[in-house]
Amino acid sequence: MMKFERYEWIAIAIMISLFIFVGFIQGWSVSLVILNMCIISAIMTMGVNISWGYAGVINFGVMGFLAMGGLAAVIVSYPPIREAWQVGGTGLGISLILLAMLVFAVMYINKVVTKKSSKYWINSIIIILGIIIIRHFYLNATANIEDVNPALAGFLGGLGLPIIFSWFVGGLFAAGVAFVIGKVALGLRSDYLAIVTLGISEIVVSVLKHEEWLSRGVKNVIGLKRPVPYEIDLQNADWFINLVTYLNSSKLNNVIDINDRQQLLNNLIIDGSGIFVKLSYAILFLIVMLIIFYFANKAQLSPWGRMMRAIRDNETAANAMGKDVVKQHLIIFVIGAAIVGVAGAMLVTLDGLFTPSGYRPLRFTFIIWIMVIVGGSGNNLGAIFGGFVIWFAWIEAAPLTTFIINQLTLGLEPTNALKVHLLDSVPYFRYLFMGLILLLILRYRPKGIIPERVRHS
Amino acid sequence: MNNLIGKNLTAGYGGVDIIKDINLEVNEGEIVVIVGPNGAGKSTAMKALLGMLSLTSGSVEYSNKEISSMLPQNRINLGLAFVPQTNNVFTGMTVEENLEMGGFLREDDIIHTINDVYDLFPILKQKRNQSAGELSGGQRQQVAFGRALMTKPKILMLDEPTAGVSPIVMDELFSRIIEVRKTGVGILMVEQNAKQALSIADRGYVLVNGKNSRDGSGEELLNNPAVRKSFLGG
Amino acid sequence: MIDFLNSLVVLLNFIIIPGLSYGSQLALGALGVTFVYAILRFANFAHGEIMSFGAMITILFTWFFQSQNIGLGIFPTALLALPIGIIATIILCIISDKFVFQYYRHQKSVPVVLAMVSIGVMFVVNAIIRIIIGTETIKFSDGQKFIMKAKQFKLMTGLNEGLALKSSQVITIFLTIILLSFTFWFLQKTKTGKSMRAFSDNEDLALLSGINPDRVVFITWMIVGVLACVAGTLYGLDKSYKPIIYLNLVLPVFASAIVGGIGNPFGAVVGGYVIAFSEIMITYAYKKFFVYILPGPLEPSGLVQLLSTDYKFAVSFTILVIVLLIRPSGIFKGRVL
Repeated sequence: MMKFERYEWIAIAIMISLFIFVGFIQGWSVSLVILNMCIISAIMTMGVNISWGYAGVINFGVMGFLAMGGLAAVIVSYPPIREAWQVGGTGLGISLILLAMLVFAVMYINKVVTKKSSKYWINSIIIILGIIIIRHFYLNATANIEDVNPALAGFLGGLGLPIIFSWFVGGLFAAGVAFVIGKVALGLRSDYLAIVTLGISEIVVSVLKHEEWLSRGVKNVIGLKRPVPYEIDLQNADWFINLVTYLNSSKLNNVIDINDRQQLLNNLIIDGSGIFVKLSYAILFLIVMLIIFYFANKAQLSPWGRMMRAIRDNETAANAMGKDVVKQHLIIFVIGAAIVGVAGAMLVTLDGLFTPSGYRPLRFTFIIWIMVIVGGSGNNLGAIFGGFVIWFAWIEAAPLTTFIINQLTLGLEPTNALKVHLLDSVPYFRYLFMGLILLLILRYRPKGIIPERVRHS
Repeated sequence: MNNLIGKNLTAGYGGVDIIKDINLEVNEGEIVVIVGPNGAGKSTAMKALLGMLSLTSGSVEYSNKEISSMLPQNRINLGLAFVPQTNNVFTGMTVEENLEMGGFLREDDIIHTINDVYDLFPILKQKRNQSAGELSGGQRQQVAFGRALMTKPKILMLDEPTAGVSPIVMDELFSRIIEVRKTGVGILMVEQNAKQALSIADRGYVLVNGKNSRDGSGEELLNNPAVRKSFLGG
Repeated sequence: MIDFLNSLVVLLNFIIIPGLSYGSQLALGALGVTFVYAILRFANFAHGEIMSFGAMITILFTWFFQSQNIGLGIFPTALLALPIGIIATIILCIISDKFVFQYYRHQKSVPVVLAMVSIGVMFVVNAIIRIIIGTETIKFSDGQKFIMKAKQFKLMTGLNEGLALKSSQVITIFLTIILLSFTFWFLQKTKTGKSMRAFSDNEDLALLSGINPDRVVFITWMIVGVLACVAGTLYGLDKSYKPIIYLNLVLPVFASAIVGGIGNPFGAVVGGYVIAFSEIMITYAYKKFFVYILPGPLEPSGLVQLLSTDYKFAVSFTILVIVLLIRPSGIFKGRVL
């Protein structure tokens, strides 16, 4: 089992006290909302940290892998739409088979034809012909599917399983996409790789945005089933009412009037149900986070982790030692992406809805990277810490900015144009904070707040 | 008269001293060769003279002026020039542009100097509009040499100018070096082909394990049995 | 014959003219990215925001001039404000270099670190833009909107198809020609330009030749500022200014630079047009074109569109990936200015 250093204990204490602080100042509900997002962010950060921190493989495709996880949540949990399958299932099936045939044809030609120029020509002709044929079936099928009750459905739906399975499936989806990306792009120089992964993640998101038969696209999928109870059910459950009564018995006993007492109890139950739901999420998320943390640490300390570090620190030497660098990079890239995919599925689970147009690189790729850099790349606790602190700052930036602006413009009239403009711009200051935090950390603590431990191997 | 003197030079990379307490001197109009086995610190000594690495101790003087703390660029301005062993041309630029860049610091008209270089290396005149990356190894070496001459240096330092070129080209290069010396330039060069280099040298230094081992006129060193035995191949 | 002319006008109106103007915007952007890559040796993720910043300053001064009733008649007032935008953008570039990039350059940090740093700069500039001008879409073109309207063209030629020529398109192409000629003249013919090429080619040797690195870096930022501001303003003038769209624009800009061969200015320009034309040609519905050019029975029933316009953006990246796989150094060999 790993032991924490003293400063690492301090970091943990800071994280916990932040939530207690917010709990007292802004209420426990707010605190739990932030906590849940912090945990999900921490999981994303661990995913990126595994590829970047362990092996130096850059992954700017975070957004795409998150979206794949989100898609998994929809496909696993949404009830199947039989009508859509009936009108479009066959067509899609045929196009899928044709696509597979096309891929095999290209692979076969690559093997048989040796002359490079004729290979390109034959391949191009086959691909173009294949696409024209496939498009015929595909467009018909998708158009039919999208015509099925477009206001509510218009897509294939999912499997109707409990959404919690999607956390695993989300990891698999992301891993699948990562495998393809990795096959194509790994081996490029790291800045090219950054741009390519960023670009491919945009492609993934634009597919999810526009292939309505699959994901309802910009029409969004709402009403995904929760893995935890609904507030309304809790409020009517006897055990929950009893629990709230028991927990607040002293408070309730102080109220003498029976009506007031019932009123107070009702309020407490409504508040309590919200907190209970968020707490349940938090516990589920925390379990996932700790499991990933445990295995991530174990992997880092294993001979495999040591090899990864060796490759990261000296690729040429590792290559010379007979390590297959590209293969190892692919493995770690896929693992990292899978963890991000898990987080993506959890994110959609928490929201209960899937909005493909909400995936933007600034929010879902670059912020995650700031978390990694700030936390400390190569250190899993650092990754968690980065996820917590940056998400916290992201959320609390607005109230803080409002406070600062009000202090600075104390002397100005409330109708002063500058003051009004600044207060209107409060939501944008969080970007300023993020940029400044990143720049300051890169300048004065380039290894992050909780740096990678120096290991002698 | 201009001369470059390194006194008690100690320097190296990353805290490890590669050359220890070395003395070197080159005067205008003479060819001085540094020879020695691999890893003796020959190139390091030259880079120390140019200021490309900082000295642990010792000093560099140019024409009786202490220049130990001067930036390499400023030493170029004083009249030193250096031709690195590798990556010594601008591969994406034409031969003529390479020469122009060599004369970057000059305020006066450099066309005469370019013509001087073309006279020295006629092949470069033919290839003046070709990019240096497309030239053969020997021709590149000439471009590199020409680029260094563009500042009209008083002291020219060459780091293994004949590395990787054929023997014919090597002889050609050496004869050019002699021609350059005739114009009054002092030449300090590190050479693997010690025998040939010493035969055209006025003086030579033998470095072993980062220390001065022997010095003397080229002829003396060539005829010295110990030197012959250790690395002139008998 | 008339059908053939009509089909030509269709191509000209929907592909060639939009492609030229979008391509010019990408080319100018990619040229800026390539300059930073060749001289400062990192991928500058903040470039899109720098373009946006330049456009923003230009808009602010356009508004100012408009409020003072100063204008250029048929030309958009933005042209008058453009020089001020350029100066502001150069100042932004130089400030970000002095306070941020310079430190890492002196530390000799690896390019990835500098790329991360540029992300920090991207966030800061992005925030500044949002704080100053918000996130709303802004139309700031004034003056005469069209040089030739579709209707006029139809009347003039008697053809069925119209050819519209927006003044913003003509201005874009015209300014691009001027800027590109100037840039290439500067790089090829002036001593300073050559010294920048030398620095890009072989930094150590450039230092040995007495080329002053600080000066090279300074001039690089000046050029980048000009290119970025003009590219950003033209893009805003042509489409309409939306501050956050520039983050998305940075991807096709990078794609252009890499496809052409990063670090190679000529490649960046060619890459810009390659990306722009492929985006437009692959997502254009050719039905109209084929209706004119093919005899009746062969006329297509569908739209004859390779990809829906939804994927316009994905095209540039697909091309980028293909180029990197087949010829990683780009169309023209990269990494030499």
